[in-house]
Amino acid sequence: MTKPSPTRAADSAGRRIWHKFVSNRVALVGMLVILGYVIIALAAPLLYPADPATPNLARVLKPPSATDLLGTDELGRSILGRIIWGSRVSLAIAVAVVAVGLVIGVPIGLVSGYYGGKLDFIIQRFTDVLLAFPGFLLALALIAVLGVGFTNTVTSVAISMIPQYIRLVRSCSLTVRELTYVEAARAAGTRHLKILRRHILPNVMVPIIVQTTLNLGVAILFAAGLGFLGVGIQPPSPEWGTMLGAGRIYIFKAPHVATFPGLAIFLAVLGFNLLGDGLRDALDPRFKA
Amino acid sequence: MLNYAIKRLLASVFVLLGISILLFVMLRSLPGDPAAVLAGEMATEEDIVLLRQELGLDQPIYVQYGRFLNRLAHFDLGRSARTQDPVIDDIKTRLPNTLVLAVTATFLACLVGIPAGVASALKPHTWIDYLATSSALFGISMPVFWLGLMMVVVFSVMLKWLPAGGTGGIEHLIMPSLSLAAFLVAFIARMTRASMLEVLGQDYVTTARSKGLTEQAVVVRHALKNGLIPIITVIGLQFGRLLSGAVLTETVFAWPGIGRLIVDSILARDYPMVQGVILTFGLLFVLVNIIVDLLYAVIDPRIRYD
Repeated sequence: MTKPSPTRAADSAGRRIWHKFVSNRVALVGMLVILGYVIIALAAPLLYPADPATPNLARVLKPPSATDLLGTDELGRSILGRIIWGSRVSLAIAVAVVAVGLVIGVPIGLVSGYYGGKLDFIIQRFTDVLLAFPGFLLALALIAVLGVGFTNTVTSVAISMIPQYIRLVRSCSLTVRELTYVEAARAAGTRHLKILRRHILPNVMVPIIVQTTLNLGVAILFAAGLGFLGVGIQPPSPEWGTMLGAGRIYIFKAPHVATFPGLAIFLAVLGFNLLGDGLRDALDPRFKA
Repeated sequence: MLNYAIKRLLASVFVLLGISILLFVMLRSLPGDPAAVLAGEMATEEDIVLLRQELGLDQPIYVQYGRFLNRLAHFDLGRSARTQDPVIDDIKTRLPNTLVLAVTATFLACLVGIPAGVASALKPHTWIDYLATSSALFGISMPVFWLGLMMVVVFSVMLKWLPAGGTGGIEHLIMPSLSLAAFLVAFIARMTRASMLEVLGQDYVTTARSKGLTEQAVVVRHALKNGLIPIITVIGLQFGRLLSGAVLTETVFAWPGIGRLIVDSILARDYPMVQGVILTFGLLFVLVNIIVDLLYAVIDPRIRYD
């Protein structure tokens, strides 16, 4: 009798999840939208070879036409070109934000949930304070101190996400640490660090993956909000929120300037939300679609 | 119940203290002399010296924080670096505007979200359900500032029905509160649907139906009443997001609330004002969460906090 190999078992689990994911049409649409944005971001120099920041004062606030599909902005720059290049900025912000959130939030959450006691108490009270602020307001308060620009936008939005990761990972590891196999590992004298890495972390990965996908959308939304208020990414960088903020002044004269960047934000956030929801349904058996 | 309320209030004091420490540290970590930073760019040398004494910058840091707390306890948030007016005065004038906006948006969101959620729970997997759940997803993904601007384009620029911004009659409140309500409608509809689906499967609902009650009585009196708790939780939890949304909505519609105030203050580097508004936001959020907690007990008598 042949034993089922662990690789084969993992393969079939992976296939089952993939099958469940692709059978969810809505989630598939989300994935395609995000894939589209990634391709646009990577191929930006091919899709729009000109510099998206160079003004062309002869073509100021032109409505959409055959030459400029989405029209031009207040400095005569192609809105389509800027949205294409802006996808690089927005995706870069989103990825950087969740990377910082993950790198800081996940280890703190793991340690807090696994060790418990005073350390957990202190970490959780600190998290309480940060969570007393809605994420966007926390990011705004941090921007007030740090100042505007790419790095500070990423830092402030990332900090606003850290407490969320801490809470999520802590609550999951609290449950996992009580499971028999973790107890067995402890009884066998396995070092805490190894237990955290080998046993706890893999078991909290599902909620982390789902939350991260949703957070990518939130990061784009927050960064765009800050850009719209004039305290995020600064012009002439083609960040979508900053473009929208600049276009607001011309809303009566040339509504297209604010319309299209907003549509780009909306579709990207919608894409991440659809993908996140689909992943949750496929990965987490507790949430059946 | 009273004990619980006191406990919750004490816990909130702890959170507010944490926020004050965070703010205190943040503002003192700014590059340069804290007195010069807080006094603003327009301040004279004399103003800065005066403020330095007032803040006790020559004293140890814990004495400085003690003084800061003492002033907070007396609602003294300092003076605006821009206008030199007391910060608390500006907040007092602007806060009611933000509250009107937030409360109207919440009311509108309940008005649309709860019936939409109930309808989709009563007819799951039908077009009503799909319409409600997909528009919920749209509402969550929609940038509130973009939605606001698009409303301006349609209702002010094209149709000329509503004013594009400012305050005045009720017509000025329609677009800001509707755009702010959009995401909340989404959350409320989703939560109502889930909560109703769960409640509608309970035995007492079946009993109510078998007694021959009308469907309306079953839904409203038996199911919805019990399904309300998670819905109220969502409203409480999302109030913070509503305030964040208010910052953006107020900017779009030139609505003179504290959201617009904080943005103007950040742009003008008016740190005492920024500090005051952040504390106000923290206080508001904490208060709403206490109210929501206490409301549970009113709605569901089974919940006892003692």
